[in-house]
This record gives sequence, C-alpha cells and structure tokens, in this order.
Amino acid sequence: MSLNILEISYLIASLTFVIGLKMLSHPDTARKGNRIAGIGMLIAILATIFLFQDYNSAKIANYGLIVLGLLVGTIIGNIMAKKVKMTSMPQMVSFFNGMGGACAALIAIIEFRHHDPSLALSSFDGAMLIMLLGLTIGSVSFSGSLIAYGKLEGKINDRVLPFNQAFNMAMLLAMVVLMVILMMGDQMNNPIFYLLLALALIYGVMFVMPIGGADMPVVISLLNSFTGVAAALGGFLYGNKAMLTGGILVGSAGTILTILMCKAMNRSLTNVLLGAFGGAKAGGSSKEAGDQTVREISINDASVLLSYSHSVVIVPGYGLAVAQAQHICHELEQMLEDKGVEVNYAIHPVAGRMPGHMNVLLAEADVPYEKLKEMEEVNPKLSNTDVVIVIGANDVVNPAAKNDPSSPIFGMPILEVDASKNVIILKRGMSAGYAGIENELFFYPKTRMLFGDAKDSLQKLVSEVKEL
Amino acid sequence: MENILSFLGENMDMIYFLILAVLLGVEVISNVPAILHTPLMSGANAIHGVVIVGAIIVMLQASPDDYAAQIIGFLAVVMGTLNVVGGFVVTDRMLEMFKKKPTTKKQ
Repeated sequence: MSLNILEISYLIASLTFVIGLKMLSHPDTARKGNRIAGIGMLIAILATIFLFQDYNSAKIANYGLIVLGLLVGTIIGNIMAKKVKMTSMPQMVSFFNGMGGACAALIAIIEFRHHDPSLALSSFDGAMLIMLLGLTIGSVSFSGSLIAYGKLEGKINDRVLPFNQAFNMAMLLAMVVLMVILMMGDQMNNPIFYLLLALALIYGVMFVMPIGGADMPVVISLLNSFTGVAAALGGFLYGNKAMLTGGILVGSAGTILTILMCKAMNRSLTNVLLGAFGGAKAGGSSKEAGDQTVREISINDASVLLSYSHSVVIVPGYGLAVAQAQHICHELEQMLEDKGVEVNYAIHPVAGRMPGHMNVLLAEADVPYEKLKEMEEVNPKLSNTDVVIVIGANDVVNPAAKNDPSSPIFGMPILEVDASKNVIILKRGMSAGYAGIENELFFYPKTRMLFGDAKDSLQKLVSEVKEL
Repeated sequence: MENILSFLGENMDMIYFLILAVLLGVEVISNVPAILHTPLMSGANAIHGVVIVGAIIVMLQASPDDYAAQIIGFLAVVMGTLNVVGGFVVTDRMLEMFKKKPTTKKQ
C-alpha cells in the first residue's frame, strides 16, 4: 500500500519536473514552472522520508539526523540564495551545482562500502559500474564547480600549467583504467576506489583551472549537466524513477544548453571537454596596437550626440554589471525616450557571465522586456542606428571575430556595431577584454571613448542630458 | 561481452526509459529564448537536486552503529538540500525580476 503511494509520488514528482522545465522556457510561465517543480521536489522528499521501505527488511531509520540535515541545508541555502547579489548569480548557481555533485558522490561512497562484488548476479557487476560512474562524475562536478565559483568571485586566477592538456588526458585515462581494475576485482571495499575519488576531484580542478572567465558559462552549464547525470546514476542504483527523470532531464537539457552556448562562441564541445581553450590564447593578435590612437569624447559632446539622435542602441556587458550601473542606465534610456529617441538594448548571447545574465540584470532595473533585442534581430538594423553605446562590453563587439582569422575569437558571431554611424565606448581604461585580446574597434574613426567607471559616466550623462 | 549483453537485456526497461527521457529533455529545452538561459540553467540546477532523495534513502538504510555512513550520509543530506533549496530560491528571485516588466514606464 504505502509502497504504491511512494511510487505514485515519484510519478507526480517526475511529471512536475517535465512540466516545470517546459514552463521555464517561456517568459510568462517561467516563475510558475519553477514553483511547480519545487512542489514536486517537496512531494518526492516527504514521500521518501515517510514511505520508503527496504525490500527485505523494515527500514532502520535515522530520522533525527535526516531532519537535522534537511533543516541545516534549508536554512543555509535560503540565506545564501536570498543574500546573493544579482551580479553574482552565476557563481551561486555554480556553488549549488557543486553541492549536488558532492551529494551524488557521497551516496556512491556509502553504497560502495556495503557493496560486495562477489554477490553480483552475473559476472558483469552493473551496480558497481553505476557507483563508479556516479562517484567520478559527481566528484568532478563538485570540485570543478567550486573552482568555477572561486574564479567568478575573483578568488582564483586563471592558471595554465605546462602540459595541462596532456596531463588532463592522462588523468582521464588513468580514471578509466582504475574503473576497469575495480570492475574486474571482487574484493570488498577496495582501496583503489578512494584513489579514483582523489583523481576525480583533482581532475575537476585541473579541468576548470586553465579556462578563462569568458568561457565560464559553458563550463558551469556543462558541470550542471554532469550533476544531472550523476543524479540519474543514483536513480539507476535505487531504481528510483524521480531521481532518474530529474537527473536525465537535466543531463540532456544541460547538454543542449551547453552546445547552444558553444555555438554562440564558435567553439566545439570537444575543445571544451579537453579544457583546451582559455588562458593560452591571450597572445593571439595583440600585435600592432601600439602606435594607434584612440579618440575620447567629452560628457557634454556625448549627451548632445545622444539627445539629437533618432535611434540609439545600448550594448551592455559585464562591466555594466560590475559597476552596478543597470539602474542609471535605465534612467538614461528613459530620459532619451522622453526626448523622442528610440532606445533599444542589444544583448549578445554570451553577454555578461552567462547567457541571459544581462537580461536578468536589466530586468532587475525595470527595463521593459521588449526593449531587449537579441543579436540576430539587432544586427541588420545597426546600419540605421545613429549611436551605439557600448557599456563595459568588449569581446562581443570585436570586429576581429569577423575579419582576423588569426584571432582566437575568429568566427564568433558578434554585434556588428561598427556598421552604425557612431560608436561610444564606456570603459575604465584601455585594457583588453575578458578573452584577453585587443579590440581594433576602439581605433576606428567613428569610435569615441568615454573613459571612467560606467556608473559614474552614466550618471554624468544623465545630468547633462537632463539640462539640454 | 556476453555478460554485458545480458546486463543490457535485463535492464531493457530502464534503457528505454533512459532514451525517452533524454529525448524529452532535448525536446523540452529547444526553442528557449536566450533571455531565459540563465534562469533555465538555474532551474535545471535545482531539479537535479532530486539527488537528495538518494541521500535520504542512504540514511534510512544506514545502520545506527555505522558512524562513518551516518556522517557521510548527513553531509550528503545537507549538501543535497542546499542544492534543492538554494536552486529553487535563486531561480525564483531571478524570475521575480521578469514579472514586473511593462508596468513601470511613463512617469
């Protein structure tokens, strides 16, 4: 009886995951979808606590510890999620993702301690394989996510070791070998298991370490789908349908999302998997920037130029987020609109630190949803745009992606702001972008630089425009 | 080889389930506007927190005198809960900002 109710609860939970995920992919229903999935999760958890029964014995409950664990997790999770700033969202997601990976790995460890390979039904020990995979994937996801978290927080710098890629390959190979050894042996609680655990943890670190911050979204998305797979493996182990559906859904959906992001940056997934991109490319095409000059624009000139334009496009980048300038940016936009200027935002697919990150930030500042235009929509219209304001963005407007085959970002689709009549770039200084490459756009005749903190410059612009 | 084949044969139901769920995941996620990528990733992140169910099962089965299992299991429950609660709350906060979109124009 209670077992049937348990199974039905899992069915309901699985359905809410599917429906929730589907609703999350439409702006109007997204929030409801998230809540529906949350309710499903609650059902699955409660049902497991109260209805789960071991097949051969009555359960040996550790209710006190379970409830305590749930409480501690809920309180800490709630505080962290409520306190985090909108700009720090990506690393928060990465952190929670790492927790999920760790959870999956810990489950594999406990199950392994009880697992006796000599009792396997056939000589191919499926349960063992599932545990090994769950351990490895969960651990990689855990340590990798924490490194990604540290990097986005600015606590860990990019670091490329010599032969990093070869080293990573060797470690992957070593992990496969260890798994094969463990599969062949029939010793209980084989210490090699813990060697595999250590290797997987190190691999996660080495895998994320050399990758530049600009590529972090791809990594987080990939690690997200890793954790999904790890959760699904746990579901396989227990024949638990809720874990299976939830895990596989996230595993496949996360992979698709990762591929979409790779496409937006013109990289192949294999490249990502081998940890090949990132830091190493910085040398690329920073050659003949030295003797070119950039031209500055005064606040006054900029505000006149903006006020008497017909159409203005704002290109926000991470610099806008860092300066917390989204609100003042919205103010400038409204002020210009009141003067009859048509203002839109052009959002590059990888603007910010995660796809869609910019949209979240601008939505926070009450920028209307319909003003946020995607790259494909904006690019054809840029030649009719009077002024493009680039705020704290760099690589996503770098023409080298179109016309310099030697550039590491060559082939990445960009916002073609150089097609517009004027470009104003708000920037702190002449440093290269996050990908570490020089931007020739800054030296174009139609480009003017407005140096300074983005928030500060925008503030001055607003007060100037107000007076005109 | 024979063993692997028989393992696959015995678990055919699961394999069907696996393949269909993968396709479902792909289907559900396609046609997502780029705007929603971050919340979607965050929401998916919360959903794989379902691994907490496994942690609870482990704890329910851990015998009271196996302290190592209890400690590891406890950690697993805490971390899994962090994933679930943190994931859903963060996603909700992100989506909250999309809610109030066209209302605050015009002074």
